[in-house]
Amino acid sequence: MPEQPGKNAIEVRGVRKVFGTGENQVAALDTVSVSIRENEFFTLLGPSGCGKTTLLRLIAGFDFPTAGEILLHGQDIAPLPPFKRPVNTVFQSYALFPHMTVAQNIGFGLEMLGKPKGETEARVAQMLKLVKMEALKARRTSQISGGQQQRVALARALAPQPKVLLLDEPLSALDYKLRKEMQIELKRLQNETGITFIFVTHDQEEALTMSDRIAVMSAGKILQVGTPRDIYDRPAERFVADFIGETNFLPGTVVSKQAGVATVKFASNATIAAGYPEGFDPTDEVTLVVRPEHADLVPDPAKGTIAGTLSNIVYFGTDTHYHVKLDGGDNFIVRHQNSRSSPVTYATGAKVGIQFEEDAARVLKD
Amino acid sequence: MAEPRVMDIKDQPGFRSIAIICLLVLYIPVLILMIFSFNSGSLVTHWEGVTLNWYGSAFLNEEFHSAAKNTLIISVTATIVSTICATLAAIGMTRVKPWRGLAAAFMVINLPLMVPEIITAVATLSFFALIAGTFGLNFGIGNLIFAHTVFCIPFAYMPIRARLEDMDLTLEYAAADLYATPWNAFKRITLPLLVPGIMSGAALAFIVSFDDFTITQLVAGPGQTTLPLYIWNQIRRPMTPEINAISTILLLVSILFVSVSFLIARRRAK
Repeated sequence: MPEQPGKNAIEVRGVRKVFGTGENQVAALDTVSVSIRENEFFTLLGPSGCGKTTLLRLIAGFDFPTAGEILLHGQDIAPLPPFKRPVNTVFQSYALFPHMTVAQNIGFGLEMLGKPKGETEARVAQMLKLVKMEALKARRTSQISGGQQQRVALARALAPQPKVLLLDEPLSALDYKLRKEMQIELKRLQNETGITFIFVTHDQEEALTMSDRIAVMSAGKILQVGTPRDIYDRPAERFVADFIGETNFLPGTVVSKQAGVATVKFASNATIAAGYPEGFDPTDEVTLVVRPEHADLVPDPAKGTIAGTLSNIVYFGTDTHYHVKLDGGDNFIVRHQNSRSSPVTYATGAKVGIQFEEDAARVLKD
Repeated sequence: MAEPRVMDIKDQPGFRSIAIICLLVLYIPVLILMIFSFNSGSLVTHWEGVTLNWYGSAFLNEEFHSAAKNTLIISVTATIVSTICATLAAIGMTRVKPWRGLAAAFMVINLPLMVPEIITAVATLSFFALIAGTFGLNFGIGNLIFAHTVFCIPFAYMPIRARLEDMDLTLEYAAADLYATPWNAFKRITLPLLVPGIMSGAALAFIVSFDDFTITQLVAGPGQTTLPLYIWNQIRRPMTPEINAISTILLLVSILFVSVSFLIARRRAK
């Protein structure tokens, strides 16, 4: 279970990576520390340029940290060249060797490790089976589809049985349906092989559905590490809340606070109890975040915590988004799951109230 | 709505006629040269009838044999050595961290392409004369091989470098990731993928060496006549269609060599 602290596969300790010299110095990673457990599906999530790929390259050995240590099962691997690290990578572009067949690609790592021919062949056959590519083993990599190349890239990286598998946005080149299939496939492969996966993506949905734990990164720093549920329900910072899923931001004033719960007053004079993260001391003007699905519409504006006018209703099939213009002037979105018998129907222009579910609102650092 | 049309140069007025004129100017003289190699008369300007005799006499010509042998020894050796040097230089300049003087090194390698050939020829001649005068050394045909190797390097270098720059660097990262030492990564990944570039480089070097005249003319000693020099000596005498036949043979060898290397490069690139 990911919640139980296990042994660490990878420990990143105070790693800095600076590119350029003199005035043009850029810190791609700004003193990052994180522990990745054995057999974990760990995701580095963040927008492009946040340093997630840099961190992956440091673990793979394609770059070396400016400062800090990277421990693999307790041993510092930061100074080792890539070919001496028991870590394999699935590249974003797959990087399959175009002059070799599918089977030769998969066997390359084992061959370089000097494994006996028979062992290599057996392992390649096993890998071909694992990724369901037996029929195409003699093909050149240019003669197979993008999804198939993806499977070969996975098999090639898994064949030498690495301690840790690194995946650099491996699904980004696939179309939507294939991506969904590969997400499930990746989870299956991780379960079957028991290898620690470190997965880099900018796609929050991908991160939420696949990961045991996620590290959200921005501007060279790790902002929060937690299970998908932690990250989504209890974001530590405004950036995390904004980057993952849709969120409403509401201005309010802190009236009182105790034991991690603040009472916040809105412009309408309504008050609400809202939790806040540890180590943060909210005072005066604050921003509250509320997920659209953690709020409900009520027809009577007086019954809501806050009130406003319905400005737009957007139908999404599985659910409906109600855009409310609050009396204070801010916009607020309520997401309502559609069912066969929705009790109330609303019309744009109607005055409505918004109620929050228990613990729905949180006060966050800006 | 009208289909938006991409501008096609073929639709420009006069394109076709200009293209045809250019091709005619390029190939008619060569074609005439080839046609007159079959002339049964002994003049290269007056057609009398069809014969293959000039090819026969060319093949029996001892001087032609010796010139062909010299040319092949020089060209093949120069091609091999210059291609190896060019490959090493290209790898040293694309697969390393940028170093001070990288741009200068690039200039130095390519400078021979820009220096007028006659200057290189005179310089090479003086250089060998200096060595012969100071140390009493003369390498015979080695002098020519050395000179050809040097001016072939930039020609071989260009396509090899282009191929290295086009190559996806991630492939080399992937090889290193899969436990390949730098040498193994080079041997198993970079080198096989570089073969088309090396083939084009070698083909170019061979052709440049094969038909070099200026430098060879100045550097060649007695008994070191190459085919271009032989042809030059022949046309200073009354010309017979034998020279046309020899030229045609040279042309066919060049075409054959270029085509083969082109086909190999294309097959490897797939």
